[in-house]
Amino acid sequence: MLKSKHLIGLENFPISDLNKIIDTSFKFKEILQTEERKAILLKGKTIVNMFFENSTRTKISFSLAEKRLGADSINFSASTSSVKKGETLKDTVQNIESMKIDGAVIRHSHPGSSLELTKYIDGSVINAGDGSHEHPTQAILDMVTLKEKFGKIKGLKVGIVGDILNSRVARSDIFALKKLGAEVVVCGPSTLLPSDAKKLGINVTYNLNEVLHWCDAVIALRIQLERMHLGRIPSKREYHSEFGLTFERISKLKKDIVIMHPGPMNRGVEIDSKVADSENAVILDQVLNGVASRMSILYLLLGDGKNNL
Amino acid sequence: MMKRKNLKKVLLKSGRIIDPFTKKTFKGDILIENGKISKIGSAIPFKGKGYEVINCSGLVVTHGFCDIHVHFREPGREDKETLESGANAAIAGGFTQVCTMANTNPVIDSPEHIHYIVSKSEKLPIDIFPIGAVSKNQEGKDLTEMLLMQKNGAIAFSDDGIPIQNAQFMKLALTYSKMLNVPIMNHAEDIFLRNEGVMNASTTSNNLGLKGNSSLAEAIMVYRDLILATSMNCKLHLLHLSTKESVDLLKQFKSSKNSITSEVSPHHLYFVDEDIDNFNTNLKVGPPIRGKNDRKALIQAIKSGLIDCIATDHAPHTIEDKETTFNDAEFGMIGLESCFGVVNRVLVKENGMSLKSLIEKLTVNPRKVMNIDANLFAVGKQAQITIFDPNQKWTFENKHIQSKSSNSPFIGKELTGKIKYILSKNQIFTL
Repeated sequence: MLKSKHLIGLENFPISDLNKIIDTSFKFKEILQTEERKAILLKGKTIVNMFFENSTRTKISFSLAEKRLGADSINFSASTSSVKKGETLKDTVQNIESMKIDGAVIRHSHPGSSLELTKYIDGSVINAGDGSHEHPTQAILDMVTLKEKFGKIKGLKVGIVGDILNSRVARSDIFALKKLGAEVVVCGPSTLLPSDAKKLGINVTYNLNEVLHWCDAVIALRIQLERMHLGRIPSKREYHSEFGLTFERISKLKKDIVIMHPGPMNRGVEIDSKVADSENAVILDQVLNGVASRMSILYLLLGDGKNNL
Repeated sequence: MMKRKNLKKVLLKSGRIIDPFTKKTFKGDILIENGKISKIGSAIPFKGKGYEVINCSGLVVTHGFCDIHVHFREPGREDKETLESGANAAIAGGFTQVCTMANTNPVIDSPEHIHYIVSKSEKLPIDIFPIGAVSKNQEGKDLTEMLLMQKNGAIAFSDDGIPIQNAQFMKLALTYSKMLNVPIMNHAEDIFLRNEGVMNASTTSNNLGLKGNSSLAEAIMVYRDLILATSMNCKLHLLHLSTKESVDLLKQFKSSKNSITSEVSPHHLYFVDEDIDNFNTNLKVGPPIRGKNDRKALIQAIKSGLIDCIATDHAPHTIEDKETTFNDAEFGMIGLESCFGVVNRVLVKENGMSLKSLIEKLTVNPRKVMNIDANLFAVGKQAQITIFDPNQKWTFENKHIQSKSSNSPFIGKELTGKIKYILSKNQIFTL
């Protein structure tokens, strides 16, 4: 169904696979809006969700997607497992693998952890966020949300604001947007911007107003408050004043722009409540599209083609 | 004594006008009406009534000087200097604009502190541009709110007085300041190599039994800062360079493609470490007065334009801070009032620098470093004019000091070149 066996990152992910996942997501979204909300397409498949790092919406989103597809899913979290007892990633995973599983969803704080997993698992591996590397399922749900809103992604002008340097969401979004022909400008304090932005084919600016006037949609990233202690930004107040999606900034724009945020939000820091809760914000649509996208990803990676949509 | 009057209609007659911005020199007049330049020409007709005429024949009429490195001790040590007494000291030295360092108590490390300095300076006779601290409380750990501070009037950022020792923090500070397009001004001395030195590490320090501060302490940090700033294409201003090694490094790194600027202080051009033979605490300064070769290299570098500007590092201290042993005395000396007489004597009279070139180092160049408007001799501009006699010899004495402190090693020294009049912020000062 797809060329790829795993979904590790979007940097080298085939564009045809990406498009297929996006298009199929819309079918699942329709299903999610029916009364039944289910499509039993992965009956008998076993998926283990391995969350070595905290997660709320991604974990629930995957669990829901698996249940709606009729798969058997097992949740595993590092805080209540043998990882706490000092077991290595390899041992943990090989033990799980020997229990016969078809797919694994992994979130881990180390970049490359999901790729590492593919060595020990016969089934498909889906990266649910590996450190500052990639978060491909978030980017895919963002693409679905943009396509739903604008009808296409080619030629769209998208601004991404925040910690571009350390954000796996930014990285995956940039790869996806560039692959699909969107124009991307990133904006944030100079200490949180990559120095090699030009190589990614994107433009960089410190001027948020400029970005907002230019773009069709803006993605505000969560500012990780723990980064402040590394001295990369001086205060929440300064960040909010210069890089926050404030109501004042948004209300001055001549046209409506779509407001996105991957969550969890720091209201009053990177985004004002009035903006997050406005009509132009699609933040909750992103969450529902997350379930549809993940159903699409699981179905296309794990499905055997017998149970067609 | 310094006299001041409000500026209404003044005709500066027959002066040698040196405009360091347009690089024009000519004999002529400047007419000032309502505090602004209304005419510049070779012979402006005298209109009679209501005009004050100042005969400037034999005098040089040029831009008000700009000192981008002064310490006015307000807030915290108003007994040493206030913004007001500092402003008067600046006027006495021919300066119409100064940039104040942030190492007061409390440290100027927030937009609110910047606002305090700006609003307190509004009514003073010169422009005071506060430099904000790079790190909170100058601890070298957390960046200050530079964007908000700039919006409130911070002109640049420096932890002067305390070197930024952590290279990662310096890199972050330079990166962050890219958004502001203003320089980070580092006090370049490796604190570990400096090793509690109180004067230049040399034969003199050995003979006096004083702990030496090696010139390498400066050179190593200058090198680090130059590598960081040039590789990331950030604005860097090197404060009070004192060593030959620093000059050599600057030569190696500075080019028209990068934004590296630097300054030298009058005392490093005038004195050498051997002058400290009698433990004169007024010569205790950081970085220390260096050796003969260092002085020579600094003179060459300011002459050639490698070093951009002259900055006094005016650092007032009370008598009790200085009337003590060399080890216990505070670092620093006042420098505004004596500046021109010192640098004119050393550079122009003794080392063949042109007066025009010296004026650039006191006017256009420092303003360019700080993005301050440097085109002062244009019609409509607020008058900021300094008028001096370039040849008058005079002895620097306590009576010439407007600062609240008098810690100057120049007292009793013969200087050449004396400030006569200053026009600044709608006032004319006669010295």
